[in-house]
Amino acid sequence: MNLRRLWAIMVKELRQMRRDRVTLAMIMGMPILQLLLFGYAINLNLRNLPAAVVDQAQTAGSRAAVQDMLASGVIELKASAQSPQQLVDLLREGRISVGLAVPPDFERRKLDGREAIQVMVDGSDNVVQSAAAQLALYPLNQPDNFHARAQTPISVVSFYNPERRSPVNIVPGLIGVILTMTMVLFTAVAIVRETERGNMELLITTPVSRTELMIGKVLPYAAIGLVQTTVVLLLGVWLFRVPIRGSLWDVYLASGLLILANLSLGLLISTRARSQFQAMQMTFFVFLPSILLSGFMFPYAGMPLPAQWISEALPLTHFMRLIRGIMLRGADLGDLWHDALALLAFIAVMLTLAIRLFHKRLD
Amino acid sequence: MTDNAIHAQGLTKRFGALVAVNSVNLDVPRACVYGFLGPNGSGKSTTIRMLCGLLTPSEGEIDVLGLRIPEQAEALKRRIGYMTQKFSLFDDLSVRQNLEFLATVQGMSRHATRARVDELLQRYRLDDRQQQLAGTMSGGQKQRLALAGAIVHKPELLFLDEPTSAVDPESRRDFWEKLFELADAGTTILVSTHYMDEAERCHRLAILDTGNLVADGTPKELTDTLRGRTFVIRASSPRQAKAALDERPDVLSVAQIGNELRVLMREDNVTVETLRHALSEVDAAMDVESVAPNLEDVFVAATRKLARPEEQAA
Repeated sequence: MNLRRLWAIMVKELRQMRRDRVTLAMIMGMPILQLLLFGYAINLNLRNLPAAVVDQAQTAGSRAAVQDMLASGVIELKASAQSPQQLVDLLREGRISVGLAVPPDFERRKLDGREAIQVMVDGSDNVVQSAAAQLALYPLNQPDNFHARAQTPISVVSFYNPERRSPVNIVPGLIGVILTMTMVLFTAVAIVRETERGNMELLITTPVSRTELMIGKVLPYAAIGLVQTTVVLLLGVWLFRVPIRGSLWDVYLASGLLILANLSLGLLISTRARSQFQAMQMTFFVFLPSILLSGFMFPYAGMPLPAQWISEALPLTHFMRLIRGIMLRGADLGDLWHDALALLAFIAVMLTLAIRLFHKRLD
Repeated sequence: MTDNAIHAQGLTKRFGALVAVNSVNLDVPRACVYGFLGPNGSGKSTTIRMLCGLLTPSEGEIDVLGLRIPEQAEALKRRIGYMTQKFSLFDDLSVRQNLEFLATVQGMSRHATRARVDELLQRYRLDDRQQQLAGTMSGGQKQRLALAGAIVHKPELLFLDEPTSAVDPESRRDFWEKLFELADAGTTILVSTHYMDEAERCHRLAILDTGNLVADGTPKELTDTLRGRTFVIRASSPRQAKAALDERPDVLSVAQIGNELRVLMREDNVTVETLRHALSEVDAAMDVESVAPNLEDVFVAATRKLARPEEQAA
């Protein structure tokens, strides 16, 4: 490998990029846009669900129980109802997501140890359902005993995110999502574009080696990936107070691994795609499972076994474990070595395949 | 064989059922401008791509500058320049950046690159445009830049695939002068074209038709083979005269050029008098003249020779 030649290809790539406004806009715009979208708009920890209450018991105990539930902040009184039937109507009309029905024999049922309050939930939304399920855990048995609440048999302590704020979970993962989206696409398109424009026929008649060409094209994008990582980190810390409990060095190292993994995948795609449009389609083929199966949106543990296998093959899954571990739990790369190793293996396989499949020939 | 820059034997390329190049034998002497003449789809580009190692031949042997191709294609790439049919430099880099990139990729040192790029910019009249983006230049300028890019590392052998298909006649003349300068300096040049006037400028040329090499030699050798077979007829009604000529079995082709008809006979046994006599029924006032054959006649004769008699009649 000739370093001057490698350098020439990198400089050329950067110069072309500087003149490509759309790509430039994507480099900076994509992280900012996604961070704001996921940070502000998407909140998986639901509060203020619209609710209505029918209290047919009207005892001191029943009123206290309803007030306690409202005080949790999970639900907010939005409509009034006189009968359980009206609650059902409100639910169907979509005006409320949760209905609380206290039967006339509330006190009797409580003494008997039977269900004393019914929570009706709009089950058409998964997240609402699980949020409302928290209400069912409410300790009604000893309403008069003030100390009883502290003595519930099982207590849940949220480590690392005590306030249960979504951005804390989402921002570290978002670094991975943005890198997956942009890095794979940029490299795939960068090479296919040369083929489309006819530049490749010129390049392959020069003494440039396959390795020089591939690495020279990829390294500038690796630098851009690190810039994107920095943008997300800065905004995440500044806007959403996301903690970085592990070392910053490890954060960048993990990001670097994911960047290289995605770039080598992009290279592989570029050896097969015939047009920029095809490259884009193939990228989305990888991007969608990455978002859904990596643990970014849904927990890995809840997936059926085949989905977990696919998940293990995606670089984003391993990055997700690394970055959440480093940023939120204060782990270091050594603690998470098998995920780092998985990323390294992915890079080695993809890069070897890409260089093998790229020929300095037209046939 | 050592004084030949290119030697190819039985060169064949098949794409599926299509035979793009069919058993072509080729010898290109050093320091010569060698032309490939043929219509679009005749296999010119495919042959050039096989010779510089971009395509693997289905059959045949290639020796370029003493190297076996495609096995030693990588070693060859340091010694050849290739100008593709489509402009293949980077539209979004400036003229100077393009040349500097190519020089560096060819392994030239920083110092040598600078000197060579300056020299080329001046020689190809691009020095006042060196900061301009290549994509914004005119056809003729792009073509000069592409040539400069192809010879930045002073290759021994230069492949040019229809280099003048997108430029005006003035630029074409200018371009050919540059080619002869290079040939004088010892560069072997293989250039494909579908322009007859360009083919006439070559030292030697090969005529390709549907993948077959149908004739080769110097332009003079090629035209000499048709001596006595070409006539020009001036008639008051050229369409009628053409119809009459087309019916004659000894006429290979008739082409109308303005008010004249250019006639190519199958054999050289026809005189002006016999032809005039034969056509007197159609048009008594016509004027028949024997003329020197040109490359277009050679091309027509060579490509018709392949076709079967019933196709000729059609």
